[in-house]
Parts: sequence; structure tokens; C-alpha cells
Amino acid sequence: MENTQTTDDDLSLTSEHTRKYNQAIRREKNKALLLVLPLFFFLLVFFITPIGFMLYRSFYNPTVSNLVPKTIEKLEQWKDISRLPNEETFKTLAYEIKGLQKTRKSGKFAEEVNRRLPQTGSVIKRTARKIKKVDLDKVANYQKLLTSIHKKWGSPAIWTGIRSAGDKLTINYYANALDYKLLPTGEIVKQPEEQRVYLPILKRTFYIAFIITLLTFILGYPVAYYLSLIPLKKASVLLIFVLLPFWTSLLVRTTAWIAILQSNGVINKTLLYFNFIDKPLEIIYNQFSTILAMTHILLPFMILPLYSVMKGIDPSYVRASQSLGANPFMSFIKVYFPLSLPGLSAGSLLVFIIAIGYYITPALIGGVDGQLISNLVAHHMRSTNNWELAAALGSVLLVLIMVLYWVYDRLVGASNIKL
Amino acid sequence: MVASSLLSASVFAGELTVVSFGGAYGAAQKKHMIDPYVKESGTKVLFEDYSGGVAELKAQVESKNVKWDVLDIEYIDVERACSEGMLEVFPQDILPKGDDGTPAKEDFIPAALGNECAVGNIVWSIIFAHKNDLKTKPTTVADVFDTKKIPGKRAFRKRPQVNLEWALMADGVALKDIYDVLGTEEGVKRAFAKLDTIKKDIVWFDSWSQAPQLLNDGGAVIVQSANGRIYSAIKKDKANFNIVWDGQVYDLDGWAIPKGSKNKDEAIKFIQFATRTKSLAGMQDVAYGPTRKSSMVLIAEEVKPQLPSAHLDQGIKASAEFWADNGSSLGEKFTAWLIK
Repeated sequence: MENTQTTDDDLSLTSEHTRKYNQAIRREKNKALLLVLPLFFFLLVFFITPIGFMLYRSFYNPTVSNLVPKTIEKLEQWKDISRLPNEETFKTLAYEIKGLQKTRKSGKFAEEVNRRLPQTGSVIKRTARKIKKVDLDKVANYQKLLTSIHKKWGSPAIWTGIRSAGDKLTINYYANALDYKLLPTGEIVKQPEEQRVYLPILKRTFYIAFIITLLTFILGYPVAYYLSLIPLKKASVLLIFVLLPFWTSLLVRTTAWIAILQSNGVINKTLLYFNFIDKPLEIIYNQFSTILAMTHILLPFMILPLYSVMKGIDPSYVRASQSLGANPFMSFIKVYFPLSLPGLSAGSLLVFIIAIGYYITPALIGGVDGQLISNLVAHHMRSTNNWELAAALGSVLLVLIMVLYWVYDRLVGASNIKL
Repeated sequence: MVASSLLSASVFAGELTVVSFGGAYGAAQKKHMIDPYVKESGTKVLFEDYSGGVAELKAQVESKNVKWDVLDIEYIDVERACSEGMLEVFPQDILPKGDDGTPAKEDFIPAALGNECAVGNIVWSIIFAHKNDLKTKPTTVADVFDTKKIPGKRAFRKRPQVNLEWALMADGVALKDIYDVLGTEEGVKRAFAKLDTIKKDIVWFDSWSQAPQLLNDGGAVIVQSANGRIYSAIKKDKANFNIVWDGQVYDLDGWAIPKGSKNKDEAIKFIQFATRTKSLAGMQDVAYGPTRKSSMVLIAEEVKPQLPSAHLDQGIKASAEFWADNGSSLGEKFTAWLIK
């Protein structure tokens, strides 16, 4: 670069000076970075690692190969899958099932195989129950023994099922999370109609989140606009009304909605009293109540960023546009609204992303058709103990949100967000 | 919930966490099993409620964070819980003799000792009930599924068990064939198709204690319930309810010990106490039958017609074996069906 300061030789910036200056700046910057270290470690331990484990768990499951290692080993040598595996394999499995039965792990084995190939869990469970009383050392033909306990042992399907359940690495859970299934032959096919659950719920989740974002915008925009116009003193008093619910426990607010909406709640009792209706309205435990309560709960997330942006919009712009002949509507559309867009972007993104992962409110008042994807994740974490599927569902959600953010960045620009 | 888990986390010697289903049944257990045991042994007992099923138990055992020491479990779940290693094996040979001197092995009805992880505690039944002022009264399971004949909401417990059995009964399957039909794919389809016909009229609940409440509040006109809950509401609270025994699915409950309980010895002592002749007879407070023959002489005459055993020909016994084998796959189907 050319040096233009040549009047005073002592003060002229030589390359030596620049280097030293840059070095000093870098040192200061590095020191400043130390301040970020605690947060970095916090994120690493409590955020990045668990997410990493979740992603790992969604395709790694060694349970079956740990439960019946010898059978899996034998099955790996089994080539012609149109015919049954050899007698040795039958024998190995019979012994391993008996062993599992004794340690009470046969149920676990059955459940794992059942996830891979439905309708087979019961075969294994029944086999384990029957094999308990059999002295395996005295059995002459193990194939005969197993097929006499359940005829399904006589077809190759269940064996391919066990073999593929023995794969430690599998994309089966992702297939399941998207309503596909991985056949033991390696093909990926769509689930039968009545078994498709996750994609419809995912669609519903996005739909509900979108509706809620729209509603918070319609309700929140005028409020934020009004707050930004009135004197600061008045505004801070009114802001308390926005913030007070924000500070109240989520659980309390959701429970309050139950008290209001239930069949002998405030609304229904009042309407019944004035004879507007003759039987209670069904306004709780469905999609309607979920959207209503979540809109209420998420409203502050829309109002606050909008307010902070609107506060900073210079009113002279709007006045200028009007003095140049725009009517109030035009000046709002052409001037004010674009200026408020960073706040709207931030608010919408916040509301939308929080809504997509929402759990408590739909769990409490969602009934059946108000359940969101996170409720299914919880269902698999707590009830079916299918943590792998829960992890896959979580990962799918994570990816979708990242894609959404990317699209958003393309359309609006992430730098256009103002919190 | 938080308070109770905090309490049970601090386990001292001579302290026991017992969980059961609460409500009228829990009250009867407290009166005839818990309180007398506390008095006799000096053990501190935390008596908590849960809503049944194996999910909570499974989560505790698999995460190796077992808070419960004794639980009251439905036999419909016990086979599965036992075969999946969620329960300790119970040494049934140390159970005390009956009050009339009969050895435990002969005194208990066979089903009560049918699973090595549990000791039968009551014989109870899942029935349906309605208010007496209902215009057309349901008399059969088919009526429960007939919303034209009897309009209004039905309240079922949110699980496939019993609901699928009832759907088949209502669809005309003979009582003795229910589990055979349900064991086939067509049978399962048929059951769900039948449930579909009243899906929008079903209110789902999670815990038995909600059943009489829903009937009382008008949340539903017909409720599925444990017979004791309705019996107790009629007897104690003078509720205007009626029990219908048609299609009853009767079952046992038993005491069992979660695998990895921190107080296993104490838990065994408690179960020995709670399955004595007199303790079991006390369950007549909620019209649940005893699992010991020697308890029968202690049952009041007016309670006897209210016991499930008086209506055996009108229903079936819940098949623990069937649900052990098919519980998880039908559970998934049920969830998929429910959420549609």
C-alpha cells in the first residue's frame, strides 16, 4: 500500500510499524478471546457433545450384536438368503436365546429385532418362554426344535431380520423417522399407509408453527407500533403487561388456559349461562387450544424485537414521504414497513423456531391432533424407550431448521435480523 | 412429583417406596396393607401413585435409577415386565400360610403365583359404567360402540389393551376366540376398524382415577373403568352409577419388586405381609376379589355379587401372554392410529 503521510518522517508508518501495530491488536484480540472461553467450554460440554451423541446414536446401535454375538457371526457367513441358514446357526441361536432367557434379556433382544422386522418380537418371546424347559444338550435337531416352537423359524425372513438387526451401523432409524423402512434385503420402501406417522406430524408441526407466527405478527405488530409511538414513560408501564406473562411460568400459563377452556371452564360456563349454547364447546385438548395457548405464550418473542427496531426508526422518514405526496397507507407500506423488517424477521424466526420444538403446551392441552413432533420424540424417549428413533427424529428436525435458516438467509439475509 | 422424587432419593435403612394406583384402591391398600405394616415393622413407607403400564418402570430400570421398591402391577403387564428383566424374581416359597393353615402354594389361586416375578394381590375387572339417568342404557359392549343408539362421549384408557378386545367383542367375535383373532393381522385390522367407527367420540384418559371423575363431570356418558372405582363411587360417594359386566376383562394385580431396588429385603418382607389372608380380604372395600382361597370366608355376603368372580361367564381373562408378545408392536400401531 502506498504511504501518503510523508510530511513528518518520525511519524511516518513504515511496514515495521504496521507489523507491530497488528501484533499488538492480535494480542489484545487473543486476550479478549479468553473471555469467551468459559462460554465455549459450556457450549462444548452441554450443547455440542450431547448433540454429537444424539447424531451418533441415531445410526449406531450395537445392542443385538452384543446380545447374540455368535449367531450374528454365523449369519454373516450365510450367503444364499432364499434358503434357511444351516443347522449350526439354529443351534447357536437356540443356546443364545436360552442364555438370554436366564439373564432376562430375551425380551430386549425380541424388542430390538421387532423394530427391524415387525411381527417377529412375539416369535422370539414365545421361543424364549418355551426353550426354558428344554434341555438343549439333548436335542438332536435344532431346526426341528425351533420350527416346532414357531413356524416362522422355518422361513428365511426372520433370519434376515436378525442379521440386519445385528448391523451396528444402520440408517434404519432415519428411514423410520421419514416413514420409510429398510427391508432386511437392503431395499428402502415407503411404510404402509396406516403406519405413516412422522411425516404427517412433521408437516403438522410446521403448519402450526407457521400459523402461530402469523398470529403473533397480526397481534404483535400493532402493539409494538403503538408502544414505539407513545412517550417512553408510558411505554415502559405498558411494556410490563407484555413482560409480565413472559416472566410467569410456562406451566402456570398453560394451566390457566385449561381453567379457561375446559368443558366446565370459564368460557363454557358463561356461554351456557346465557344460553348461547346448549352443550359445552369442545375448545380444549385439540389443535385449536394448542395454537391459542402457544400464540399467547410466544407473543412477547414477537413484540420485543419489533419494539426495539421500531423505537429506532426515525419518524422524519415517514413525514418526509408524506410531504412528498404519499398517502399514509403508501408511506407505511413503502417506508415504515421495510424499515421495521429486521425486527419482524427476528421476531418471526424466534417464534417459528421455538414453536417447532415446543413440547409442554401441546403435551398438556394438545389432545390428539395438537401433538407436535417433539411430543413424539418424548414418546420414544419415555414410553417405547426407542432412543435411537428419538435421536433420528431430533436430527431430522435439526437439519430441517438449518435448511430453513439457510433459505431464510438467502431470501432476507441473516444480517437483516435485529434482536 | 418433584417433592416425592426428592424424598425417595434420600433412602435410609428401613424405608420403603411402594407405588400403586391411588384413588379408592390406594386408600384400601393403605388401610389394610400399608398402615398395619408400618405399625408392625416400624418401617417408614412412602406410598405413591403411578398410572400403570411398564414405561416408567422400564425407564427407571434401564437408566439404573430405580426409585421404587415395590409396585402394584397389572398382570396384563407383568409377563412382559418379567421377561424383559424389569422385575426381580420373587421367592414365592417363603410366602406365609393362610390363616386356616393351608400352605401358600395351595391357598393362592394358581394364576396368582403364575408369574415368578410377582405375587397376586387382587382379582379385579375392567368394566364399563354409566349414569342411571341415561336415556337409553347400554347393556352390552356392542352398545358402547353404537353411537346412534347412545350418543355421547365414551372414555377409554389410552392404551391398546382391553380396547382392542372390546372392539372385537363389539364386532361379533365370540369371547373364547378374542385372542386368537387378535393374534392375526386381519384381526388387528378388524379391531382398529371397529375403533375407527367411534374414534371421534372417545375421550382418552391416562389413569383409572379419572374414570369416575369423567362420568361424574359429564365428560363422558360411558366410561371404561376398574370395577372397584365405580363400586366405591356408588358406595362411598352415593354416585348414581351403574356397572355393566358384559364383556368384562378380568385380571390380577400383583406386588412385584423392580429390578435393582435398593431395599429388596425390606420389599420382600412387605410383600409377605401384604399378601396375608387378612390383608387380601381387606380389598373387598373396593370390590376386588382376594387371591387366596382362605380370604373368601372374610368377604361380606353383600360384596360377593360385586366381585368379578361372580360374573366370569360374561367376560374373558386378560391374556398376559398375548400382551407380553404383542404389547410393543400393538402399542406402536395404536399410537400411529391414535395420532392420525
